[in-house]
Amino acid sequence: MEFPTALLLNAIIAGLLLGGFYAAVSVGISISFGMLDVVNIAHPAFIILGAYISYIVNTHYGVDPIAVSLLLSPLFFLLGMALYRVYYLCFEKRGQESLRGLAFFFGILFITEVALILIFGVDYRTVKTAYADTTLRLGVVDFPLRLVVPFLVSMAMVVGIQLFLTHTFFGRAVLAVAQDQLALRLMGVNPVRIKELAFALSIATAGVAGAFLIVIQPVEPSIGREYIGLVFAVCVLGGMGSIWGTLLAAFVLGLAESFTSTFFGPSWAPAVSFGLLLFALAFRPAGLFGR
Amino acid sequence: MKLIRAIAAIFGAMLLAVPAAVLAQQPLKIGFGMSLTGPLAGNGKAALIAMEIWRDDVNAKGGILGRKVEFVYYDDQTNPATVPSIYAKLLDVDKVDLVVSGYGTNVIAPAMPIMMQRKFTFMSLFGLNVNSKFKYDRYFQIMPAGPDPAVDWTRGFFEVAMTLNPKPQTVALVGADAEYPHLALEGARAHVKKAGLKIVYDKSYPPKTVDYSPIVRAIQATNPDLVYLASYPPDSAGMVRAANEVGLKARMFGGGLVGTQFAALKTQLGPLLNGMINYEAYAPDVGGKFPSLDQFLAKYQGRAVKEGVDPLGFYLPPYAYAMMQVLEQAIKAVGSLDQGKLAAYMHTYEFDTYVGKVRFAKNGEWAIPRMLTVQYHGISGNDLEQWMKPGHVTVLYPKEYQTGTVKAPFHENRK
Repeated sequence: MEFPTALLLNAIIAGLLLGGFYAAVSVGISISFGMLDVVNIAHPAFIILGAYISYIVNTHYGVDPIAVSLLLSPLFFLLGMALYRVYYLCFEKRGQESLRGLAFFFGILFITEVALILIFGVDYRTVKTAYADTTLRLGVVDFPLRLVVPFLVSMAMVVGIQLFLTHTFFGRAVLAVAQDQLALRLMGVNPVRIKELAFALSIATAGVAGAFLIVIQPVEPSIGREYIGLVFAVCVLGGMGSIWGTLLAAFVLGLAESFTSTFFGPSWAPAVSFGLLLFALAFRPAGLFGR
Repeated sequence: MKLIRAIAAIFGAMLLAVPAAVLAQQPLKIGFGMSLTGPLAGNGKAALIAMEIWRDDVNAKGGILGRKVEFVYYDDQTNPATVPSIYAKLLDVDKVDLVVSGYGTNVIAPAMPIMMQRKFTFMSLFGLNVNSKFKYDRYFQIMPAGPDPAVDWTRGFFEVAMTLNPKPQTVALVGADAEYPHLALEGARAHVKKAGLKIVYDKSYPPKTVDYSPIVRAIQATNPDLVYLASYPPDSAGMVRAANEVGLKARMFGGGLVGTQFAALKTQLGPLLNGMINYEAYAPDVGGKFPSLDQFLAKYQGRAVKEGVDPLGFYLPPYAYAMMQVLEQAIKAVGSLDQGKLAAYMHTYEFDTYVGKVRFAKNGEWAIPRMLTVQYHGISGNDLEQWMKPGHVTVLYPKEYQTGTVKAPFHENRK
């Protein structure tokens, strides 16, 4: 198998750009599932919800979908707070979060999907942006702005979250809640409140990732299901609760998909990606950055 | 004695008449699964609207065999795995009188075993070459793919390609990992062999792919003259965008993209479709050859806009209506719901529908293929209006519908 330079460079760039997007859709799961132990299987539903809200504002007012999602992220934050409060009161507080909590999030996933179908119908929706059809060329390497813009915002978001978690009191409290809730309580911090805010943060990232999604590809209400496996795979491969691990895992899967598609045949891409996951877990069961 | 006999005869006649009268009051139930969620839901909903228009038209005229028509349908979620249980329920629990298929090869094929087991006449909606392996004599299909669908489906693309001067030498074949693209690519390989072309790329991709540019780059690296693509709507959009981003250079690109026949993708992709070759069931440029279609579109388009589905209705909806017209005409002619008699009638006679005269070949496909091979051009912006008027679609094949010749290479006609 030959690896011509142009193809190789483009495969690397395409893989990194794709990985950036995967990081954005997975970072929320890394917080909710990896740090808070909340199996939010409805995470992709909030991504799709974010995509549709961006779509509405973009269609009616022509505002860039990513700008819309950033502006509306406080709303997603509040939605996340409300959702966690319901989850806590109905399941976690009663110690029934494992199975019933999972069913709860499945329900949220399907209700969101059906609500979107009833409101928007089942056609594919997309957005108009100034950059979606533009590709920058540097030598032999292509940089499609449809992927570059989400990549850059995604990197800013992921790095921002990591800095927030490691350099603020609240962020450290979130990391502490993942390690020892009792110790946190003894220090006078309410772990439920911390979990509520951290879960809200994870939902806010889903809203932003939704805008990336609709910039990258057309969206219909049930498309979120396709991301359930991916987001959990990235989270587990990266190491539960590690933001840097999530980022690295997203790049690994993005590069694996891009290289396989370019050089060996795209049909093999999912097998190679998930094969890598199994391989990595065999040698590092806690994930790449797991402790 | 005579009086007793007369009274007995009257009672006897009444007893016999009661079931017939009761039956006449019972609705005629037609069952099917339809993609109302999932990747093909847009198409499925459009088909359902057309079928409901037919049902309302028929019921307004008194129904069929004196019975009002009623639909019993379930969402197959565009998931082939749901189909066998849907049809088992329709037949065993809902006790429907007739069944038709949902939309598309992927959901028609899984229904075939149960149809064959129960010996039901099975009218299907846009399945490609489904009956080639089953060889079921009660299977019928309304898409005008022709009697040898695998080969006829891709015939237009390759017939047009071989008119290029100089003749193309190499071809790349690519499609999604799904039933329809596999069948379409199978037919494409037959044409490639016949035309003496060299295959330089022949691969499929997972339908859930996010970024298609590595695939298009891999194709570009093989430098093919022709790129034949068989895809479903989400990947059609992805591949067209990727071809634009990578700057795919080929003399012809397209052929078997599902989705660009519908308003949603037409408007979303807009000018990115310029120069592409694809198939269409109808184009305003040849409206004169489809004299009855306007009657259907007048009924369909207003309702489709209200329900948020394909507002054009050029592709699937007229055929969904025609599928039901075929069934209606067969039942009326046979005078019963006898599945064997219905199939025998449908094999023998011609049907008059909104999409024209329909006659079935022995394998249940259209006796004469009629899918149009077209090239898009002059599309600017993303408005829908331009697609409703002639001027942006050149019909290249078949000859009797031809409005122009192919413009190649693709990359020079993209703008």
